[in-house]
Parts: sequence; structure tokens; C-alpha cells
Amino acid sequence: MNVDRITEKLNILADAAKYDVSCASSGSKRKNENKGLGNASNGICHSYTEDGRCVSLLKILLTNHCIFDCAYCVSRKSNDIQRAAFTVQEVVDLTINFYRRNYIEGLFLSSGIFKDADYTMERLVRIAKKLRTEHKFNGYIHLKSIPGASDELMNEAGLYADRLSVNLEMPTEAGLKLLAPDKNQADMIKPMGYLKNAIIQRTEEKKLFKKAPIFAPAGQSTQVIIGATPENDSQILRSASYFYKNFNLKRVYYSGYVPVLADSRLPALNTSVPMVRENRLYQADWLMRFYGFKVNEIVNDSQPHLDLDIDPKLGWAIRNMQAFPVNINQADVQMILRVPGIGLLSAQKIVSARKFGKLNWEQLKKMGVALNRAKYFITCNSTEFERRDLTGNNIKQFILATSQSKYLKNTQVQLNLF
Amino acid sequence: MMTTLIYDGTFEGLLTSVFEVYDRKLNLVNLQKTGQDNNALFEDKLQVITDDERANRVLKGLKQKISSMGLQRLYAAHLAEMDGEENSLLGYIRYAFDAGQNIEENYGNKFVMRISEMVRMVRREKHRMEAFVRFQKLKDETFYAAIEPDFNVLPLLIRHFKSRYADQKWIIYDIRRKYGIYYNLHDTQYISLDFANVSKPGDIVAAFTEDEEIYQHLWKNYFTSVNIPSRKNTRLHVRHIPKRYWKHLTEKI
Repeated sequence: MNVDRITEKLNILADAAKYDVSCASSGSKRKNENKGLGNASNGICHSYTEDGRCVSLLKILLTNHCIFDCAYCVSRKSNDIQRAAFTVQEVVDLTINFYRRNYIEGLFLSSGIFKDADYTMERLVRIAKKLRTEHKFNGYIHLKSIPGASDELMNEAGLYADRLSVNLEMPTEAGLKLLAPDKNQADMIKPMGYLKNAIIQRTEEKKLFKKAPIFAPAGQSTQVIIGATPENDSQILRSASYFYKNFNLKRVYYSGYVPVLADSRLPALNTSVPMVRENRLYQADWLMRFYGFKVNEIVNDSQPHLDLDIDPKLGWAIRNMQAFPVNINQADVQMILRVPGIGLLSAQKIVSARKFGKLNWEQLKKMGVALNRAKYFITCNSTEFERRDLTGNNIKQFILATSQSKYLKNTQVQLNLF
Repeated sequence: MMTTLIYDGTFEGLLTSVFEVYDRKLNLVNLQKTGQDNNALFEDKLQVITDDERANRVLKGLKQKISSMGLQRLYAAHLAEMDGEENSLLGYIRYAFDAGQNIEENYGNKFVMRISEMVRMVRREKHRMEAFVRFQKLKDETFYAAIEPDFNVLPLLIRHFKSRYADQKWIIYDIRRKYGIYYNLHDTQYISLDFANVSKPGDIVAAFTEDEEIYQHLWKNYFTSVNIPSRKNTRLHVRHIPKRYWKHLTEKI
């Protein structure tokens, strides 16, 4: 093996793939039943980069040669960068050898589009097939579906991959047209629709015939880039909600745009990455998927952007003070989940523990409730509780004053001079 | 009067101690492991002699009181060998016996909550080891990894690594507790290694296969390539991988 050449390719093709933020290796249930190599179930983050993101999969492009010229993408045709391409065998060897050393959970393979969609997709599928059949590899495989690839290839991809994803790239069709004139959203939605139906159909078959093959057991996901185009949070989250509902997506990833290219259509090169906004979008996404919130409770026409200073659950609570205080010892779990500072695990503990006796502040604290936020919104087995008639805005100020935000707070001081 | 019970640190010893508490109708009890006694003057001291029959009787009784899942959690909390937590374990078991109903989910109780925290700490450490083990391929095709977990989680790792790496021989060695697991393609067994002849850990490099160095090099390169400098967030990085784990992580050495 030519170590220098492989190293160079790996550097180029890992660097080009890193703006794809999807990292999940969970949700599959591939067992190691053939005494082969690996399994895939709950997902493990094997390392973390210095920017704090999880490294779970060997995430690379097969090649960064591309016939498209999308403004936001480092690999765009008109960008003057070093190009490289892996052979099928090289990707297989890297995957197997990294996996055997417990560096990774599996492979995340994407690619620039060379020649045409099917030609590219066929190469990706060939790698997954080789890993599964020749190397008895049962680790996690995430393949990108190339927009415009044929149903036959998508079907084959589903037989070998755990997860498939098509990136929507921009939250709206208008955004896509602006930055990627060669692409159209219909090409992206078509394979998503095919996969959705195929996954449903295969799951039904699996129920009837135990030996029916598993098909993309970890489902499909997508990614949208945020901050490159002028969409507001309401548009982004509505779009996410639409795809969750209509395409059974497992995840929508939000990728804060990293300015890598000078282009008049894009934010300037010295613009900072919208990391806080990205974080708030993920929090809102979690509220939709796990906490029973509807998208228009989080953002709507009068509230088109998420508040960057506070998390969206707290934001909802201070806009809906009439719903509080919640009595921890009586309220149903759906309402407890809506209290700022109470997460899924603490809510579960509260509901279990209160069967044994009424809970007080001390016990709630021990269970992991963040009282600095929750105390304004709940009562429990104690005569002490927030008696002042605080407005939502008062509460926001109190919480911001006492909390150490993980981000630099925007200045909250509002001087009432006049 | 406070009675101090001293036991040998085994699970059977813990259960025997429970037997003593009920047999002698003790009320105020301080449980300690052998070797950590503090010679307080005004207390009764009792050396618990581990007795399998008594331990089994307690175990049988305990199974009537808590679920098998609850018992597994208790065992995992014990296995962790956290210093000074003997009384949490004993307190939990006594509470389980004394209560009229199953108390596993009564998180308002301090013992139940503490055991739940301990289990969470142990599981997190177990999960970290599943992530942070870095195998190095030796000339005889065995994959070797050294770890130094905060708690004694090695026994909890067997199932995961055995099902994942079914087709390669591997050793995971806890160098702090001086024992390891060896998988020989069929079964796993506990082993202890004699490092007397290896003066420096670097000497073990001589036993690596030729391509070991290449893949370590490629992995380090990969790790650097996927970083996005404009998103640098050292605090988050260190929170995810605390520094004490770095010395066994190929990409952080």
C-alpha cells in the first residue's frame, strides 16, 4: 500500500465530507449472527473532534470530483481545489481496519457526482455490498442517496445500508434555486418517497416472513444548511416538521453554514458560524420529536425566530404563563415534560417516585431537575414556591442573571433611562 | 450504639453482612471494606466472614423484593467498587427488605436515588470504555487494548466486545486493577499479564504487526482532517473526552 498516497486521499476526502453533520450510528439492529465482524445497534461516539462534534463513523467522500456547481459546497466544480478519488478496495480496507481497532462504528459514504447520478450511486452500493458479502461486515453503513438515482439502485442500497439519506441542502426550494441552480428539490424528494414506501413495505414483509431481508433498518435522514440563505427559523422548522411527518424521517440535521467560499450570494467569508442558532434549532427539533410540541407552538408568524438567549422550551413557557404553575405531584406526564428544566429522564423519575409519596424540592433536585429554571413554573410538597406575580419577561431576566450560559449572552441590560 | 461491620468487598460478603444485620437485630450500622477501618474507639466492631449459604438466603429473599433488573443494577453498583458507598448498598438492601412493596422506583428515597446515580455512573463508564478502547494489532493477530477506567467495569464489557469482535482474538486489560479479558474466538476468560519484562509501555510496540503503525497514522490524520477549526470548542471537547482518558487514545497521543 502506498501510505503517502492513501494519507493524502484520506485527508482530502475526509476534509470534504466533514460539513455533513450527520453522525448517528444508532437505530439499527444488525446482529453479528454469521460470526463475522461487528454489529450495529445503539450507536457509540468513539471520539470527539476539537470542535466538540462526535466521531462515530468513517465519514468520507468516494470522490470530490463533481459535475455540479453548488455555491455552498467546497467540492463545487468551479472551486480550484485538489481532487481525489478512492478505489472501492481502499474504502473497504480503511473501514475494516479502523473498525477492527474500535475506532469507528462503521462507514458514512457520500460522494461528489461524477458522470451522472446512477454511475455514482452504483459505486457507493458496490462498496456496501462488498463489505457485507465478502467481509461479513455487520457494522453500521450510512450511504448518501444521490439525487436522481434510479429506484433499482436505491432498492439495492437499502439492502446493504443501515441508513440512507438525501440532503435537502436548503430549507426551501427558493433557497436551493438561489445557490444550486443545477439541482431541483423534486430530484431529492423522489428517492425519499421511494425509500419511505420501500421501508414500510419491507417492514411488513419482515413481520410475515422472518427470513425476509432487513432494509435500511435505521431509516432515512436529511440535512439542511442554515444561515447560508435568508430563511427564518419558522420556515426551517416547518420544513423539518413536514419531512418528519410525510417521509417518516428519523432525523433532520441542521448544519450551520461555515463560510468557505467567496460568492456574492453567500454570507461573507469572515461571518461566524451560527452555532447558537444551530443549537436552538436542535433543541426545537427535540421538542417536536420527544416532548410533544407542535411546530407552531415553538415558532409562528408572530415569533418567526427562536430566542437565542434562552432555550425554546423556556421560550414557550414564558409566552404561556397561564399554563403554570404545574403541580409536580398531580400533573400528567405530558405537562411535566413541558416544564423548563425538566427533561425526559427526570419526568419519568418524578412520575414513578410520586406514587410512593409527595415530592419536595430537595428530592426534585436529587432527581436531576434544573431548579434554577423549573422553580418558577412548579409547585411541590412544600410551602415554599414562587408567590410573586412575575411576567414571563421577569422570569427570563432572573434566569439569565443567575445562569452561566454555554454561549456568551447577548447583552440583556435594558436601561430605562427615560 | 453504632456497629461497624467489616467485610471482604465481595458481593457475597455484602449479602452476608445483610444477614448479620438481621440476625443480630442491628440498627445503626456502618459497613466498611477490609483495610479501610478507621479505628474509632466507641463502637462495636464485627468482622463479617463471607458465607455462601447465608449470602444465598439473603439473595433469595431479595429476589422476592426486587426485580431481576433491580438486582442486576444493584450488582453493577457493587461491582463499581466506589469508595465509601458500602452504606448506600447496605441501606438500599435494608430498605428493600423493610418496605411492604417494591421500592425500586421510589426515587424520593435517598438510597434508591443514590443507587440510581451509582448505576448511571457505572453505565457511563462502561459506555465510555466501549467507545475509547483502542485495539492494537499484535503479530499473532491478537488485538490488544489497555484501559484505566474509573470504576471496575471490565466484567460488564464482555458481552459487547464478544458479540462485536467475534472473528478476531482480543485482549482488554485494566492496568489499574491488573487483570484483563481474553477472547480466543470461542470464549472469554479472565487473565493477568506479567509486565515485569516490559520496562516501558513503548516496548510493546515491538510486538505490533507491520500495518499497525500505518493504520494508527491514518486514523490520526483522519481525526485531524474532520475537525472544523472555525467551530473550535475546547470546553465541549474536553467534556466529552476528559483528559484522563487521553493517554490510551491513539488520536490524542
